[in-house]
Amino acid sequence: MKKLLMGNEAIAYGAVEAGVRVATAYPGTPSSEVFAALAAMAKENGIYAEWSINEKAALEVAAGAAYAGARAMVTMKQVGLNVAADPLMTLAYIGVKGGLVLVVADDPGPHSSQNEQDTRKFAQLAKLPVLDPAAPQEAKDMTVAAFDISEELGLPVILRPTTRTCHVCQDVELGEQKNTPEPPGFAKDSRWVIFPSLAFKRHRWLNKQQEAARNILESLPFNSSEYAEGDVGVVACGVAYNYVKEALGILGVEVSVLKIGTPYPLPEKLALKFLQRHRQVLVVEEQEPVVEDQLINLTWSNGLPLKLSGKRGGYIPREGELDVDKVLSALAKFIGTELPRKQENEVLPPMPLRTPVLCAGCPHRASFYAFKQAAGNDAIFTGDIGCYTLGNMPPLNAMDTCLCMGASITIASGLYRVEPERKIAAFLGDSTFFHTGIAGLVNAVHNKANITVVILDNRSTAMTGHQPHPGLEWTATGEPTNGLDITKIVKACGVEMVRVVDPYDLETAKQAAGEALDFNGPAVVIMRRECAALTRKRQALRQVDLETCVGCGMCIDELGCPAIIKQDGLPVITNTCTGCGVCSQICPTGAIREVR
Amino acid sequence: MNLNIVITGVGGQGNVLASRILAQAAVEAGYKVRTSEAIGMAQREGMVMSHVRMGECLYGAVIPDGKADVLLGFELAETIRGLPKLNKKGVVIANKSCVIPVSAALGISSYQRDKLTRYLQDHVNNLHLFDATALAAQAGTVKATNIVLLGALAALNLLPYTCADLLNVVLESVPSKFKDVNKRAFELGYRAMEV
Ligand SMILES: Cc1ncc(C[n+]2csc(CCOP(=O)(O)OP(=O)(O)O)c2C)c(N)n1
Ligand code: SF4
Repeated sequence: MKKLLMGNEAIAYGAVEAGVRVATAYPGTPSSEVFAALAAMAKENGIYAEWSINEKAALEVAAGAAYAGARAMVTMKQVGLNVAADPLMTLAYIGVKGGLVLVVADDPGPHSSQNEQDTRKFAQLAKLPVLDPAAPQEAKDMTVAAFDISEELGLPVILRPTTRTCHVCQDVELGEQKNTPEPPGFAKDSRWVIFPSLAFKRHRWLNKQQEAARNILESLPFNSSEYAEGDVGVVACGVAYNYVKEALGILGVEVSVLKIGTPYPLPEKLALKFLQRHRQVLVVEEQEPVVEDQLINLTWSNGLPLKLSGKRGGYIPREGELDVDKVLSALAKFIGTELPRKQENEVLPPMPLRTPVLCAGCPHRASFYAFKQAAGNDAIFTGDIGCYTLGNMPPLNAMDTCLCMGASITIASGLYRVEPERKIAAFLGDSTFFHTGIAGLVNAVHNKANITVVILDNRSTAMTGHQPHPGLEWTATGEPTNGLDITKIVKACGVEMVRVVDPYDLETAKQAAGEALDFNGPAVVIMRRECAALTRKRQALRQVDLETCVGCGMCIDELGCPAIIKQDGLPVITNTCTGCGVCSQICPTGAIREVR
Repeated sequence: MNLNIVITGVGGQGNVLASRILAQAAVEAGYKVRTSEAIGMAQREGMVMSHVRMGECLYGAVIPDGKADVLLGFELAETIRGLPKLNKKGVVIANKSCVIPVSAALGISSYQRDKLTRYLQDHVNNLHLFDATALAAQAGTVKATNIVLLGALAALNLLPYTCADLLNVVLESVPSKFKDVNKRAFELGYRAMEV
């Protein structure tokens, strides 16, 4: 029987099938479950699996394994590739021996990302083949193929699923696990040492490999064409293929469809044949016009009498993700048929606003509250990426900037240069601290930026699904390891004022915040309290004594905890309470008490 | 046979588990399946929507507007937000209970429970509205609200597999110490449709 698998799990199964030996990753939605699934299968399959501290480290560890001839895989989200861009760009020149597959998940929409960058563009820039799966089954099949292609070309290969493949489940047919030979080990050779002279030679080689890659991709089943009568054709890329097929079914029209599963290098022979048979072609792809641009080149260099549209002509949106409804209107407009009449939807009644929020009892809420109390409204709170980015929401409104992982400290340092008198606090999580925070802290200390750094140490990488990080005592596969002590690291970076406090103890936290903000020189406050979603042992739950409550609303208006709702103007604590006790500490009448 | 089910609710209500269970039962019955789930930021009490499609010929996982045969609503307001996905002849099985967002407590927006309930009653022909959260609590934990709703769905004979098949998958999908609670929850949901 087929197995119900999420796209990300299917990729993990594909990697096991292909005989992967080393798997590395840094978490990031929508990619995280690939590695999580691989790590769970690591022991029985003799795979080494690590959560690395960041994507650059992850790619380099995987590349090292591939230098020694092992099959290796590294996974990350799209913005992770920016962090790993430095090794990637030169690794394309150096090449690999064992197959190296990068799984880089894109997030058009975006659903859970800070931008909508297109990894296929990155692949073009690095001159590396990229595969674009339409569904979990194809993702699994492409993963297996990617290792073979990587070894055949001696190049890393990128697999780029999007959210609608990563987080989609399908009944997937699994294959036999391959018997891959033992890795031969690292052979010393000048090819591994990049120098300008070698770079020139390897660049020529890399350029030559583009044609070799094109030929290999041309022969794969991931690209195919279905011909119909008439001179109208549609090119469908990645997940957009699903939308095109379904939309054509709804419209009840038959046109030729060229499915592209390998957007770079483009299978030109197949594409040229398709273009030659048609007069009007619509290219349907999400994100950037990667395939469209290559097809325009092909049309022009072959002098084809063809009208080619897509992003051009305004048929296909450039932002957000596609779906059947969007593709349906684009196709109807392009083909010139009537859209099936949409059912009239009634106007919805006034709906409550529902945005993601920090969990009930989240320690970050207490940390922000303490700092807001200590710092006043003029202070700037620079932020970073993690659950605590939600501290930006009302009523905390405790985040004034957010750019990318690690930027809290460095943006704060820059603001300080312009407004040295203003109080500035930079907030970042423990996982973010290890990812790219440490370098920013060293920079701030060395250059004497008078800022306060707040490390929200919830003992987890919470936002992306609670992965471990170097501050914890276990690895990705559950092996015990020495957790690094953030306090010691901060001190070793040269910070003279360091405080470690429990944010649930508001008074002490407030005091530490005040001292740090007043300190002359960089200061660090480590807010240490385990993520409430992980804490098994609950503290005593709270309830509001309505006799004592005067209805001032402070608990609600100051904290915005989802466990406290308002009924008839008074606060009521619901069953999601974790007993953190922060609301009890701010209630001016002492009305919030432990449930006995 | 082709069946499209949309599940709406609030992050943390067990939306993902419910769609996986429906899909797994379909795989076991020999159908092709696609699901799409909201995994990420929305899971922190945001709006979540899952899509489950089963049948013979499937492409994408996301159900187009107006093409859902069933809307399974885990929360009152979120059920209404899912209505544009529903086919006019479709069935709605919805929880009367609310999850009041922080924005309502803060007065940034309002949660008008009575108006929302009336809207559902006025605009959906084929509506099964009941307090699934209360039944889950009766079974032993409000966390089993999702399973109560699956039980209710199973009672309506819309699925291409039997109620027993679905219950089996439910029991395989939950940790052994929660099997009894979930079995009770499933049965309470099932019985809620009998009246
Ligand atoms: C370069 C990059 N890699 C990965 C991510 C995905 N990501 C977003 S938040 C986060 C984890 C943050 O963990 P932490 O700083 O400990 O904060 P917490 O969520 O635990 O509060 C990650 C990995 C990203 N946004 N950018
Ligand atoms: S998962 Fe943990 S860190 Fe994230 S919001 Fe919830 S309690 Fe806070």
